[in-house]
Amino acid sequence: MSDGRFDLVGRPRRRVDGRGKVLGETRFADDLTLPRMVHMKLLRSPLPHARIRRIDASEAEAHPGVLLVLTGKDVPGEYGILPVSQDETALAVERVRFVGDPVAAVVALDEATAADALALVEVDYEPLATIATPEEALTTPEPRIHAYGEEGNVHKRAAFEFGDVEEALAGADLVVDGVYSYEGNTHLPIEQHASLAAVEKDGHLTLWSSTQCPHYVHRALQKVLDLPAAHIRVVATPNGGGFGGKSDVFNHEMVAAKAAILLGRPVKICLTREEVFYCHRGRHPVKMRMRTGVKNDGTLVGMTLQTLLDGGAYGSYGVASLFYTGALQTVTYRVPRYRFEGCRVFTNKPPCGPKRGHGTPQPRFAQEIQLDTIAEKLGMDPAELRLKNVAEPNSLTANWLRIGTIGLAECIRRVVDASDFTGRHRKLPHGRGVGLACSSYLCGAGLAIYWNKMPQSGVQLKLDRSGLVTVFSGATEIGQGSDDVLVALVAEILGIEPSDVRAVTGDTDLTPVDLGSYSSRVTLMMGNAAIQAAERARALIAEAAAKRLDIPRERVGFGGRRVFDVEDAGRGLAWREALVAAEEMHGTLGTVGSYTPPRAAARFKGGGVGPSAAYSYSAAVVEVEVDPATGWITVPKIWIAHDIGRALNPVSVRGQVEGSVYMGLGEALMEEQAFRRLPARLSGALVHKFPSLLEYKSPTTHDMPDVETVLVEDPDPAGPFGAKEVGQGPLLPIMPAVSNAVYDAVGVRIHEVPITPDKVLKALDDRARGGPGRYGPDGFPDVEWPEALRVPPPWEGGDGNATNDPERKRAAKLEKVKRT
Amino acid sequence: MIRLPRFSYRAPRSASEAAAILAGEGPDAALLAGGTDLLPNMKRRQQTPRTVVALRGISALRGVRNGSGLTIGACSTLTEVVRDGRVRREFAGLWQAAAQVATPHLRNMGTIGGNLCLDTRCTYYDQSLEWRRAIAFCMKKDGTTCWVAPGSPRCLAVSSTDTAPALIALGAKVRLESAGGDRLLDVADLYRNDGVRYLARRPDEILTEVRLDPADGIRSTYWKLRRRGSFDFPVLSVAAAARLAADGTVESARIVLGAVASRPLVAADAAHALRGGTLTDGAIRVASAAAAKLAKPMDNTDFTLHWRKRVAGEIVALALREIRGDDVRPDRLRLARHGLDSAGI
Repeated sequence: MSDGRFDLVGRPRRRVDGRGKVLGETRFADDLTLPRMVHMKLLRSPLPHARIRRIDASEAEAHPGVLLVLTGKDVPGEYGILPVSQDETALAVERVRFVGDPVAAVVALDEATAADALALVEVDYEPLATIATPEEALTTPEPRIHAYGEEGNVHKRAAFEFGDVEEALAGADLVVDGVYSYEGNTHLPIEQHASLAAVEKDGHLTLWSSTQCPHYVHRALQKVLDLPAAHIRVVATPNGGGFGGKSDVFNHEMVAAKAAILLGRPVKICLTREEVFYCHRGRHPVKMRMRTGVKNDGTLVGMTLQTLLDGGAYGSYGVASLFYTGALQTVTYRVPRYRFEGCRVFTNKPPCGPKRGHGTPQPRFAQEIQLDTIAEKLGMDPAELRLKNVAEPNSLTANWLRIGTIGLAECIRRVVDASDFTGRHRKLPHGRGVGLACSSYLCGAGLAIYWNKMPQSGVQLKLDRSGLVTVFSGATEIGQGSDDVLVALVAEILGIEPSDVRAVTGDTDLTPVDLGSYSSRVTLMMGNAAIQAAERARALIAEAAAKRLDIPRERVGFGGRRVFDVEDAGRGLAWREALVAAEEMHGTLGTVGSYTPPRAAARFKGGGVGPSAAYSYSAAVVEVEVDPATGWITVPKIWIAHDIGRALNPVSVRGQVEGSVYMGLGEALMEEQAFRRLPARLSGALVHKFPSLLEYKSPTTHDMPDVETVLVEDPDPAGPFGAKEVGQGPLLPIMPAVSNAVYDAVGVRIHEVPITPDKVLKALDDRARGGPGRYGPDGFPDVEWPEALRVPPPWEGGDGNATNDPERKRAAKLEKVKRT
Repeated sequence: MIRLPRFSYRAPRSASEAAAILAGEGPDAALLAGGTDLLPNMKRRQQTPRTVVALRGISALRGVRNGSGLTIGACSTLTEVVRDGRVRREFAGLWQAAAQVATPHLRNMGTIGGNLCLDTRCTYYDQSLEWRRAIAFCMKKDGTTCWVAPGSPRCLAVSSTDTAPALIALGAKVRLESAGGDRLLDVADLYRNDGVRYLARRPDEILTEVRLDPADGIRSTYWKLRRRGSFDFPVLSVAAAARLAADGTVESARIVLGAVASRPLVAADAAHALRGGTLTDGAIRVASAAAAKLAKPMDNTDFTLHWRKRVAGEIVALALREIRGDDVRPDRLRLARHGLDSAGI
């Protein structure tokens, strides 16, 4: 890079990890083997809810080839990804909470023996009443699935009010009130989770694992194994897809580590596909009630949202998921007054957690359908309604989120143009339709999941006379292209090629801490840290080169693997010569960079979920054909525009957009993490309906339409060279756009995902009977909401604090006194 | 990874050798052709044969031969069937059925004989051993209750073969060979409406070939309803075959429904209603409604049973319209998610 012109950034390039993946050379966790390695299998609960009376493992222990059997008492330490939800143990201690909850582990010389021996572990269960739905959880306080939480089986509730919403809605010309439902679904990474644990020659434990967050696994292992952090190394192997499904800390990781320590032999486990469905931590099923008020000209005046989340059997990231369902409604459109109430409950099913879009696709589905309804009632074009309300750049939202650049209006215009939306919406023949929807997502959560003031991403560079630059980062390549971003940014700044840079990532021994590959944080946070480290290296090299070339430092340029005089480009040093000069001048070369997100504007309790250094924006138009006789839905084409800030590698960005569209379409049309209860008089079973790749329906290439991707580039000052996220945001508009398109095609509203042919037919029947032509939940369950924290919006004289949280107020005052 | 249980493996070189092994082993032996059905089932412990008798080494069981009509060796892969020009030209219904089985990879391994003998399927049954343990097993394997309909005296697992309805519509026969001799059976008679004992094949018999009479002007078609354009088994399928006179009069007709019972269902009344008339919209409507009446899907496949029941008539109508000569390619494209042409290449 020289004079602000880029050599690599913005050019479509082959990814640095592409070759290894295409040739099958990438070593995923299950590809690893070590001498004397042995194999582990987990015995999982066949009951959805039960007390464990007794476990007899003697027969399994005596089975030839079995080396070790572990049960809950052997690894009793509690852990959990969030400090507020330390509710898991590696193996069940006295209680199982869902079918698939791990109860015992068998380690044997080979996997088949371990699997055979599982059947020899005798567990005596005392069955308990089960809870299958959030409605049941609300009305069934006993038995409690967990002893903690708010009360009964309510895990957590939240309520915020930003300005007097009822007053705003009373002054609206139109208020649309709707209830919506979003079925749970899972990540479905093609790589099944795998881990290998070994005690190495220095006596330290190493865990190689397909995890998105080695740092969090590192923390959990310290706690569960009660070992010094410095004696544990976690290496994140390249993930064969994550999507949030490998961002939690898992039982098999804890148990494999414990077994390796006890046996002194490397212990490997690779989950079956069915087990991956039980690990889950995927999309929460959410019921929603949303009310939006508008003026006759389409101006939004206020919105209320209630969400009820089916959390499954453990906390996982659930408290964050809950807050995220209420966080980002205000980031796309200016909502002057807003109230959010949310509740997460426990049920006897695999735990839900973060999946691509974490907590935000569900309310986005409700909101974008509701806007479509409002546009129709006002006789407005849906694009025009949205354009009228697009949030202002560099502004604060009602819930105190600080927006930087916002390319949403441009996204809407571009996607509307590309699809001829205006020319076709409400004008296509019966059975064909187009639908529009928009969205936004954060570029990294503003807060770490545990409170600290340290950097959220660190990067180190090592450079030497060989010309090689090694860049160390704790970030994890999960297929999203983070290694490529890391290498490209360093190479860009140093004027060298990506092949001159080697990335070492996701290794708690070797790399500085990065919180992990989640919340779309890596490009922005790791990227900024990498830029800082590379610029520091560039300064060292420039100083040495300036001396060698006898020119002022400001005249030193970097590019084409040379360090040269920008006023006489022929004069310069080859890259290796420049490094030799730098090493002579400074000694061994190394630099660091780090990144901490800006402080949030929100001061109220719970305001830590939602803030981000930047927000990406997307708009999509989906075209559908719906057969009125069968409800069969065909999607011939999708247009999507994404505000990426700046595309560092456009081919990677487009890949992420298309991948998001693909995943979103699966959620829109077919994916369901569905459960089955057998007739109660005959059986207490509560099982995942189809934990398999065949029957859990996810689209195939034949089901994927053409996608036309438009990249909108308006560099955001917060991002590395202006880049924003693309890993999650483009998924969000797809589901509501499909629903809106179905309405345009056949005039029925589907207020529930997945949007399936049978639901379309039911809605058509409803209309034929004189009903509203709608399929969706009948109402929102009764939830006892807590008193809302009242936080005046910025334009109503607020300071980001709640006015009715005296404890918080006192603390703020104290802090102020301390600062002055 | 889920591992296979232990078994002994036999690899005979001829059908008679295979039949001799079966005669000796009894019902504890399983025949292995492509393995795309048996091996995953064995991993899930749905079948745990003591002996697996592999047919892959018997070259006489492969290939499509001319004669009076067509004879297809039972171990011909579905890809081989799809790539056969005679099948495509003369037995369109079979071609369309074979082309829509599973995925290209599975068609490269799976055989037509294996597809005809495909185990019946059910979402309570096609699960791992651990999952089935969690529901205390079902009538089809290790249990006593049919969880689809706990009052049912028989297993309601679903016949999910694509090629059987097509072959029944075409009046095809299969040859069954055993140590004691061989017999020809109408494909229609190969099946029983019982999810456990769904085949009329005796355990000592080997399905060795499929026989088709000359097409002789019979038009045939196969429509498959499933969620996705690949992988999935049918949740409803319709095979139809008919001979039309020059003026369009239906001289003979057969309509067969798949995936709505434990065996393919012949819609005789519907076909009978068409005979002697022409395929007017009205006649198609009447026949479709009559055929759809037979469909009694249960809640043990993908999609809701009400929807599967509801749309059955629409799918029958599509099949009959194709027989009439309508251009149904756009409908095919929407339902199958792709033109079937790509399947044969």
